[in-house]
Amino acid sequence: MDTPISFFSGFGLQDVLFMAEAAWRTLLISLISISLGTLLGTLFGWMLYEGRIWATLFLAPILDAFRSVPLIIQLVLFYNFVPIIGLNLDAFQSGLVVLTLYTASLVANVARGGIEAVGTPMRRAARSLGMSYWQDLIYVVFPIGARAVFPSWVGVALGVLKDSALVSVLGYVELLRASQILMTRTQEPLLIISIAGAFYFALSYPISRYSAKLEKRWSQ
Amino acid sequence: MFDYNFHWRPVIRSLPDLLEASLLTLQVATLSMLIGIVIGLGLSVIRLRMRGPLYWFATAWIELARNTPALFQLFFFGFGLGALGWHMTPYMIVLSGLTFNNAGYLAENFRGGFQAVPETQMRAARSLGMNLWQTYTRILVPQVLRIVYYPMTNQLVWAVLMSSLGMLVGFRELSGETQFFASRTYRIFEYFAVTAVIYYVLVKLILLASRLLAMRLFRY
Repeated sequence: MDTPISFFSGFGLQDVLFMAEAAWRTLLISLISISLGTLLGTLFGWMLYEGRIWATLFLAPILDAFRSVPLIIQLVLFYNFVPIIGLNLDAFQSGLVVLTLYTASLVANVARGGIEAVGTPMRRAARSLGMSYWQDLIYVVFPIGARAVFPSWVGVALGVLKDSALVSVLGYVELLRASQILMTRTQEPLLIISIAGAFYFALSYPISRYSAKLEKRWSQ
Repeated sequence: MFDYNFHWRPVIRSLPDLLEASLLTLQVATLSMLIGIVIGLGLSVIRLRMRGPLYWFATAWIELARNTPALFQLFFFGFGLGALGWHMTPYMIVLSGLTFNNAGYLAENFRGGFQAVPETQMRAARSLGMNLWQTYTRILVPQVLRIVYYPMTNQLVWAVLMSSLGMLVGFRELSGETQFFASRTYRIFEYFAVTAVIYYVLVKLILLASRLLAMRLFRY
């Protein structure tokens, strides 16, 4: 009867599953915010390129602010701002909004670089072949520009994947938060943090290698 | 809908403390950059010139730093090494985490920089009787630092933004101090809004200073 009561229990198989599920949540929030942020950021990038005075006066400073304030501050700020205007968003939704805008602000610069990478002679040639502005944009600028900035876009996407760890401050149980919970319970921080690191590395490393390879091939 | 009363007075009252904490932010970011530059140079030279265990050590450092979240790196230095009986103060956790991250990213920049310096410079310096150490410190490294000046400025900005993660390991730099005050007064939104502005100003000041410095340094 007098077995000592322990608050801690060992690291078991169900904990690995718990971490795998958390890794899935990391992947989920990153994938959605990267996709939405890329669409929005491409639009912003086009606006920065085309809209002259309005874009430089209004859009550029706002996008710049997203890049000059730590993401963690943006998350806490937005999460506490939402109830003020009477909305009700949970940690996942708030994190998603902030990550999407953050991605968009980074992609905007990449997209503008992509449009600028397509030379004016090429665009004039497209127009003089009878293409409309939108045809030129969709069939000439997009394929060439996207290829030129693809490696930097991969860099942004991987950055967002890693930065999604910060959504844990709002209480969203993603990979790093899950490992913190397990560390508290099992008291085996080194093992668990290493597993979390291995998860991130396994997600990020193959993509960065693949993108580096593509960059090398395309630059030849 | 908008029945929230903003209270800015407590924030204004603790503004001196926040500004003092932002000096700590700048200090830890700068220090981690300086150490990171030295280590990063070492890592990139090892990767370019050496084979064997040292090469693999440098590669592992760079890839781990670039493919895992900065927050994971902080947790590793904080909790992971703590399990080995190596306890660090919050300041040391943030400094070592940021230095690890900076060194990894800078090493990749330096590698590109070293490859941009013509190989003949090395031969010329060696045939003038300089030894390897002199060739690196007097001929190659000054040129590399000049080539990667702008990426280095960006990295410093990143270091300032990343230091905000200190808040999660109990380090009272700008973000940690903000959280401390915010949780004492429950004026979370107001405090973090002001902190966001402080970060924005800090980043702009750093960029301005680096531009001015560049004008002085790169005058021919």
